[in-house]
Amino acid sequence: MSTSTETLPIKSAEDVVRVRQVVRTKAAGVGLSIVDQTKIITAASEIARNTLDYGGGGEVAIESVKEQPRTGVRLIFRDNGPGIPDIEQAMRDNFTTGSGLGLGLGGAKRLCTDFSIQSKVGSGTTIMLARWK
Amino acid sequence: MDRIPILKFGDCLLVTIQVDMHDQLAMALQDDLTARLVKERSRGVLIDISALEIVDSFMGRILNNIASMAKILDAVTVVVGMRPAVAITLVELGLELPGVRTALNVERGMDLIRSTVDAETASDVDLD
Repeated sequence: MSTSTETLPIKSAEDVVRVRQVVRTKAAGVGLSIVDQTKIITAASEIARNTLDYGGGGEVAIESVKEQPRTGVRLIFRDNGPGIPDIEQAMRDNFTTGSGLGLGLGGAKRLCTDFSIQSKVGSGTTIMLARWK
Repeated sequence: MDRIPILKFGDCLLVTIQVDMHDQLAMALQDDLTARLVKERSRGVLIDISALEIVDSFMGRILNNIASMAKILDAVTVVVGMRPAVAITLVELGLELPGVRTALNVERGMDLIRSTVDAETASDVDLD
Protein backbone atom coordinates (compact mmCIF):
# COMPACT_ATOMS: atom_id res chain seq x y z
CA MET A 1 0.00 0.00 0.00
CA SER A 2 1.59 3.25 -1.11
CA THR A 3 0.83 6.61 -2.56
CA SER A 4 3.11 9.33 -3.82
CA THR A 5 2.00 12.86 -4.58
CA GLU A 6 3.56 15.61 -6.63
CA THR A 7 2.10 19.11 -6.67
CA LEU A 8 2.72 21.32 -9.70
CA PRO A 9 1.79 24.93 -10.40
CA ILE A 10 -0.37 25.77 -13.45
CA LYS A 11 0.57 29.34 -14.30
CA SER A 12 1.63 29.11 -17.95
CA ALA A 13 1.17 27.06 -21.13
CA GLU A 14 4.52 25.38 -20.41
CA ASP A 15 3.15 24.25 -17.02
CA VAL A 16 0.32 22.45 -18.85
CA VAL A 17 2.97 20.50 -20.80
CA ARG A 18 4.77 19.68 -17.55
CA VAL A 19 1.48 18.40 -16.02
CA ARG A 20 1.03 16.06 -18.99
CA GLN A 21 4.58 14.74 -18.57
CA VAL A 22 4.27 14.09 -14.83
CA VAL A 23 0.85 12.42 -15.25
CA ARG A 24 2.39 10.21 -17.92
CA THR A 25 5.28 9.20 -15.65
CA LYS A 26 2.94 8.43 -12.73
CA ALA A 27 0.44 6.54 -14.89
CA ALA A 28 3.19 4.43 -16.45
CA GLY A 29 4.71 3.93 -13.00
CA VAL A 30 1.58 2.29 -11.58
CA GLY A 31 1.25 0.12 -14.67
CA LEU A 32 -1.76 1.63 -16.46
CA SER A 33 -2.14 0.38 -20.04
CA ILE A 34 -1.11 2.66 -22.92
CA VAL A 35 -4.76 3.42 -23.69
CA ASP A 36 -5.54 4.25 -20.05
CA GLN A 37 -2.38 6.38 -19.82
CA THR A 38 -3.40 8.26 -22.96
CA LYS A 39 -6.91 8.85 -21.60
CA ILE A 40 -5.82 10.23 -18.23
CA ILE A 41 -3.07 12.39 -19.79
CA THR A 42 -5.60 13.81 -22.27
CA ALA A 43 -8.14 14.46 -19.51
CA ALA A 44 -5.41 16.13 -17.41
CA SER A 45 -4.46 18.33 -20.34
CA GLU A 46 -8.06 19.50 -20.80
CA ILE A 47 -8.54 20.34 -17.13
CA ALA A 48 -5.09 21.93 -16.76
CA ARG A 49 -5.90 24.25 -19.66
CA ASN A 50 -9.25 25.13 -18.06
CA THR A 51 -7.46 25.88 -14.78
CA LEU A 52 -5.15 28.24 -16.66
CA ASP A 53 -7.62 29.87 -19.07
CA TYR A 54 -10.77 30.07 -16.95
CA GLY A 55 -9.49 29.70 -13.39
CA GLY A 56 -6.68 32.23 -13.79
CA GLY A 57 -4.11 29.59 -12.89
CA GLY A 58 -3.83 27.24 -9.96
CA GLU A 59 -2.20 23.96 -9.09
CA VAL A 60 -2.60 20.23 -9.42
CA ALA A 61 -1.76 17.42 -7.03
CA ILE A 62 -0.86 14.28 -8.97
CA GLU A 63 -1.05 11.14 -6.91
CA SER A 64 -0.11 7.61 -7.85
CA VAL A 65 -2.19 5.20 -5.79
CA LYS A 66 -1.28 1.60 -5.13
CA GLU A 67 -3.61 0.33 -2.45
CA GLN A 68 -5.97 -2.58 -2.49
CA PRO A 69 -8.28 -2.78 -4.28
CA ARG A 70 -7.25 0.19 -6.39
CA THR A 71 -4.21 1.02 -8.46
CA GLY A 72 -4.09 4.12 -10.60
CA VAL A 73 -3.63 7.86 -10.61
CA ARG A 74 -5.69 10.59 -9.01
CA LEU A 75 -5.40 14.27 -9.87
CA ILE A 76 -6.82 17.19 -7.96
CA PHE A 77 -6.88 20.55 -9.74
CA ARG A 78 -7.50 23.71 -7.70
CA ASP A 79 -7.89 27.31 -8.73
CA ASN A 80 -9.06 30.46 -6.99
CA GLY A 81 -10.76 31.81 -10.07
CA PRO A 82 -14.29 33.09 -10.64
CA GLY A 83 -15.90 29.66 -10.22
CA ILE A 84 -18.51 28.02 -12.43
CA PRO A 85 -22.07 29.33 -11.88
CA ASP A 86 -23.84 26.45 -13.65
CA ILE A 87 -21.86 23.21 -13.50
CA GLU A 88 -24.49 21.20 -15.36
CA GLN A 89 -24.31 23.60 -18.28
CA ALA A 90 -20.49 23.67 -18.18
CA MET A 91 -20.35 19.86 -18.33
CA ARG A 92 -22.46 19.77 -21.49
CA ASP A 93 -20.63 19.15 -24.75
CA ASN A 94 -20.19 22.14 -27.01
CA PHE A 95 -20.84 24.63 -24.22
CA THR A 96 -18.07 27.19 -23.89
CA THR A 97 -17.73 30.70 -22.59
CA GLY A 98 -14.32 30.97 -24.21
CA SER A 99 -12.89 30.22 -27.63
CA GLY A 100 -12.56 26.46 -27.16
CA LEU A 101 -14.63 23.62 -28.53
CA GLY A 102 -16.49 23.10 -25.27
CA LEU A 103 -15.37 19.49 -24.98
CA GLY A 104 -13.03 19.94 -22.03
CA LEU A 105 -15.12 19.12 -18.97
CA GLY A 106 -17.54 16.59 -20.44
CA GLY A 107 -14.79 15.01 -22.51
CA ALA A 108 -12.43 14.77 -19.54
CA LYS A 109 -15.15 13.10 -17.47
CA ARG A 110 -15.68 10.45 -20.16
CA LEU A 111 -11.94 9.68 -20.12
CA CYS A 112 -11.83 9.01 -16.37
CA THR A 113 -13.17 6.36 -14.05
CA ASP A 114 -13.85 8.89 -11.26
CA PHE A 115 -14.67 12.56 -11.75
CA SER A 116 -15.96 15.18 -9.37
CA ILE A 117 -16.23 18.92 -9.47
CA GLN A 118 -16.84 21.51 -6.77
CA SER A 119 -17.11 25.15 -7.58
CA LYS A 120 -18.10 28.27 -5.71
CA VAL A 121 -18.75 31.50 -7.56
CA GLY A 122 -16.13 34.04 -6.53
CA SER A 123 -13.84 31.61 -4.76
CA GLY A 124 -12.72 28.92 -7.20
CA THR A 125 -13.04 25.44 -8.56
CA THR A 126 -11.71 22.03 -7.51
CA ILE A 127 -11.82 19.11 -9.92
CA MET A 128 -10.83 15.53 -9.12
CA LEU A 129 -9.99 13.05 -11.86
CA ALA A 130 -8.94 9.44 -11.42
CA ARG A 131 -8.20 6.52 -13.66
CA TRP A 132 -8.00 3.09 -12.03
CA LYS A 133 -6.66 -0.11 -13.49
CA MET B 1 10.19 31.32 -29.22
CA ASP B 2 10.72 27.78 -30.54
CA ARG B 3 9.15 26.89 -33.84
CA ILE B 4 8.14 23.58 -35.41
CA PRO B 5 10.14 23.23 -38.66
CA ILE B 6 8.23 23.12 -41.94
CA LEU B 7 9.96 21.35 -44.85
CA LYS B 8 9.15 21.92 -48.50
CA PHE B 9 9.05 18.74 -50.57
CA GLY B 10 8.05 19.35 -54.18
CA ASP B 11 4.62 20.97 -54.09
CA CYS B 12 3.99 19.76 -50.52
CA LEU B 13 4.84 20.97 -47.04
CA LEU B 14 5.95 18.42 -44.46
CA VAL B 15 5.70 18.83 -40.71
CA THR B 16 6.87 16.29 -38.19
CA ILE B 17 5.79 17.16 -34.67
CA GLN B 18 8.51 15.72 -32.43
CA VAL B 19 7.83 17.56 -29.18
CA ASP B 20 4.97 17.93 -26.75
CA MET B 21 3.78 21.36 -27.90
CA HIS B 22 2.43 24.02 -25.61
CA ASP B 23 -0.56 25.93 -26.94
CA GLN B 24 1.31 28.97 -28.26
CA LEU B 25 3.70 26.72 -30.17
CA ALA B 26 0.74 24.97 -31.80
CA MET B 27 -0.80 28.35 -32.69
CA ALA B 28 2.53 29.46 -34.18
CA LEU B 29 2.63 26.30 -36.31
CA GLN B 30 -0.85 27.07 -37.63
CA ASP B 31 0.22 30.61 -38.60
CA ASP B 32 3.56 29.51 -40.07
CA LEU B 33 1.96 26.78 -42.17
CA THR B 34 -0.64 29.15 -43.60
CA ALA B 35 2.05 31.69 -44.49
CA ARG B 36 4.26 29.03 -46.11
CA LEU B 37 1.32 27.63 -48.10
CA VAL B 38 0.79 31.03 -49.68
CA LYS B 39 4.50 31.67 -50.21
CA GLU B 40 5.29 28.28 -51.78
CA ARG B 41 1.91 27.80 -53.51
CA SER B 42 1.89 24.26 -52.12
CA ARG B 43 -0.87 21.81 -52.96
CA GLY B 44 -0.51 19.52 -49.97
CA VAL B 45 0.29 19.56 -46.27
CA LEU B 46 1.44 16.39 -44.54
CA ILE B 47 1.54 16.41 -40.75
CA ASP B 48 3.22 13.49 -39.01
CA ILE B 49 1.95 13.08 -35.45
CA SER B 50 3.48 9.65 -34.78
CA ALA B 51 5.56 11.09 -31.93
CA LEU B 52 2.53 12.66 -30.20
CA GLU B 53 1.39 10.82 -27.10
CA ILE B 54 -1.87 12.70 -26.91
CA VAL B 55 -4.10 14.92 -29.03
CA ASP B 56 -6.40 16.95 -26.81
CA SER B 57 -9.25 19.24 -27.89
CA PHE B 58 -6.90 22.18 -28.38
CA MET B 59 -4.52 20.26 -30.63
CA GLY B 60 -7.52 18.80 -32.45
CA ARG B 61 -8.82 22.29 -33.08
CA ILE B 62 -5.42 23.34 -34.45
CA LEU B 63 -5.38 20.36 -36.85
CA ASN B 64 -8.92 21.23 -37.96
CA ASN B 65 -7.97 24.89 -38.46
CA ILE B 66 -4.90 23.98 -40.49
CA ALA B 67 -6.99 21.72 -42.74
CA SER B 68 -9.70 24.38 -43.19
CA MET B 69 -7.22 27.13 -43.98
CA ALA B 70 -5.30 24.87 -46.36
CA LYS B 71 -8.54 23.99 -48.13
CA ILE B 72 -9.36 27.64 -48.68
CA LEU B 73 -5.84 28.03 -50.07
CA ASP B 74 -6.46 25.09 -52.44
CA ALA B 75 -4.32 22.55 -50.62
CA VAL B 76 -5.15 19.17 -49.11
CA THR B 77 -4.09 18.27 -45.55
CA VAL B 78 -3.30 14.73 -44.46
CA VAL B 79 -2.45 13.80 -40.88
CA VAL B 80 -0.41 10.61 -40.58
CA GLY B 81 0.89 8.31 -37.87
CA MET B 82 -1.81 8.73 -35.24
CA ARG B 83 -1.22 6.20 -32.47
CA PRO B 84 -4.08 3.74 -31.82
CA ALA B 85 -4.46 4.91 -28.21
CA VAL B 86 -4.74 8.51 -29.42
CA ALA B 87 -7.48 7.55 -31.89
CA ILE B 88 -9.43 5.70 -29.17
CA THR B 89 -9.08 8.66 -26.81
CA LEU B 90 -10.18 11.20 -29.43
CA VAL B 91 -13.40 9.30 -30.06
CA GLU B 92 -14.18 9.10 -26.34
CA LEU B 93 -13.32 12.76 -25.88
CA GLY B 94 -15.95 13.51 -28.52
CA LEU B 95 -13.57 15.24 -30.90
CA GLU B 96 -14.25 14.92 -34.59
CA LEU B 97 -11.80 16.03 -37.23
CA PRO B 98 -14.22 16.67 -40.09
CA GLY B 99 -11.84 18.48 -42.44
CA VAL B 100 -8.78 16.37 -41.73
CA ARG B 101 -7.85 13.42 -43.89
CA THR B 102 -5.72 10.75 -42.28
CA ALA B 103 -3.37 8.01 -43.45
CA LEU B 104 -1.47 5.34 -41.57
CA ASN B 105 2.04 6.49 -42.46
CA VAL B 106 4.01 9.09 -44.38
CA GLU B 107 4.20 7.02 -47.56
CA ARG B 108 0.43 6.46 -47.72
CA GLY B 109 -0.14 10.07 -46.76
CA MET B 110 1.95 11.29 -49.68
CA ASP B 111 0.08 8.89 -52.01
CA LEU B 112 -3.22 10.31 -50.75
CA ILE B 113 -2.09 13.89 -51.34
CA ARG B 114 -0.80 12.96 -54.81
CA SER B 115 -3.99 11.22 -55.88
CA THR B 116 -6.22 13.98 -54.44
CA VAL B 117 -4.25 16.76 -56.13
CA ASP B 118 -4.11 14.82 -59.43
CA ALA B 119 -7.86 14.17 -59.33
CA GLU B 120 -8.56 17.85 -58.70
CA THR B 121 -6.23 18.88 -61.52
CA ALA B 122 -7.94 16.41 -63.87
CA SER B 123 -11.43 17.69 -63.02
CA ASP B 124 -10.24 21.29 -63.51
CA VAL B 125 -9.17 20.34 -67.04
CA ASP B 126 -12.56 18.69 -67.68
CA LEU B 127 -14.32 21.93 -66.82
CA ASP B 128 -12.45 23.86 -69.51
